[in-house]
Amino acid sequence: MTPALRRGMFFAGLAGFVAFYLWGLAGLPGFGRYPGPYGFIINRIAVGQTNATGVVSAVNFEYRGFDTVGEEFILFAAAAGVATVLRHLRGEQEGGRDEASPEASVHATSDAIKLSSLLFVGPAVLMGWFLASHAQTSPAGGFQGGVLLATAFALIYLSGEFVTFRRLSPGTAVDAAGAVGAAGFAAIGLTAVILGFPYLYNFLPLGTKPGAVSSSGTIALISFFVGIEVGAAFILIIAELVEQKLLVSGRGAR
Amino acid sequence: MTPAGPNLVAARLAAAVVTPYTVRPALMDVLQVSILVIVAAGATIVVLSKTPVRQVIALSSYGLLLALLFLAFQAPDVALSELTVGAIALPALLLLTLAKVQGRRK
Repeated sequence: MTPALRRGMFFAGLAGFVAFYLWGLAGLPGFGRYPGPYGFIINRIAVGQTNATGVVSAVNFEYRGFDTVGEEFILFAAAAGVATVLRHLRGEQEGGRDEASPEASVHATSDAIKLSSLLFVGPAVLMGWFLASHAQTSPAGGFQGGVLLATAFALIYLSGEFVTFRRLSPGTAVDAAGAVGAAGFAAIGLTAVILGFPYLYNFLPLGTKPGAVSSSGTIALISFFVGIEVGAAFILIIAELVEQKLLVSGRGAR
Repeated sequence: MTPAGPNLVAARLAAAVVTPYTVRPALMDVLQVSILVIVAAGATIVVLSKTPVRQVIALSSYGLLLALLFLAFQAPDVALSELTVGAIALPALLLLTLAKVQGRRK
């Protein structure tokens, strides 16, 4: 294939792409215009039906709860995959040689980093807990809250406290928390089935006041389980990568 | 699903409710256009960053900008997700991976 021919094919493809792209753009609704009825219907009925003023959470964990179960298990499978691959690598490279303690290869951290990391641990835990437990009242949710909770553990590691980080998040406990979070979501759905309702039906009392923390039935509970699962998954991934760095490459550097 | 006459009037009234946080539409347009320009500039900076570590830091700041963009476009839930995933989780994972890869190269 000559360069000229290749260039010709590229420009032919580009022209086709641009043509279809512009065609697609021309068919889009105007900026800020929402054409479908679905959003208007949800806006009108969601608060009355679920007592959740965080309507996005109501959509995620109730109206589209089944989609969210899928997303949850995508993350669960991804974290399990990372852990499986990295643990396999570690087993290969460590080879049972000298069992140096992990802190031996931790780099010295500057006092400024230590202090600022430790200062943010408390706020991160508080915000994470707030987000994971307030999906029903605000644009928060378990996903955001879980990531923030995991960040608190990462900050402890950043402050140079690897041993504390590992003691606070032992592998088995993190694995169990991830499994409990993922299974809890599915179990709430199955409980509804056992009680004779459709899967993920909101079978808990909805509370009397829209926007109260105790309102919205299963929405708040599912969000909380999602927070546990997401937090555990991120801690697991971070811990695996950190240990890889400390044990495997730290050893290679010496 | 076209709303009947009285409903339409009610919808218009609801849209015209003025709160202490109400911003004039023209001002909102200015805000949205400027944040779009800033986000485009931020993306360019991320792409043009030379070393991987700097690129990750730039990516983290870019995640913060994107969160502001979503906030300006009235999607606070997406802004929260972008803040945690784009500004925290993704850069953290990339940094750890970089640390591992560079450690091995030594």
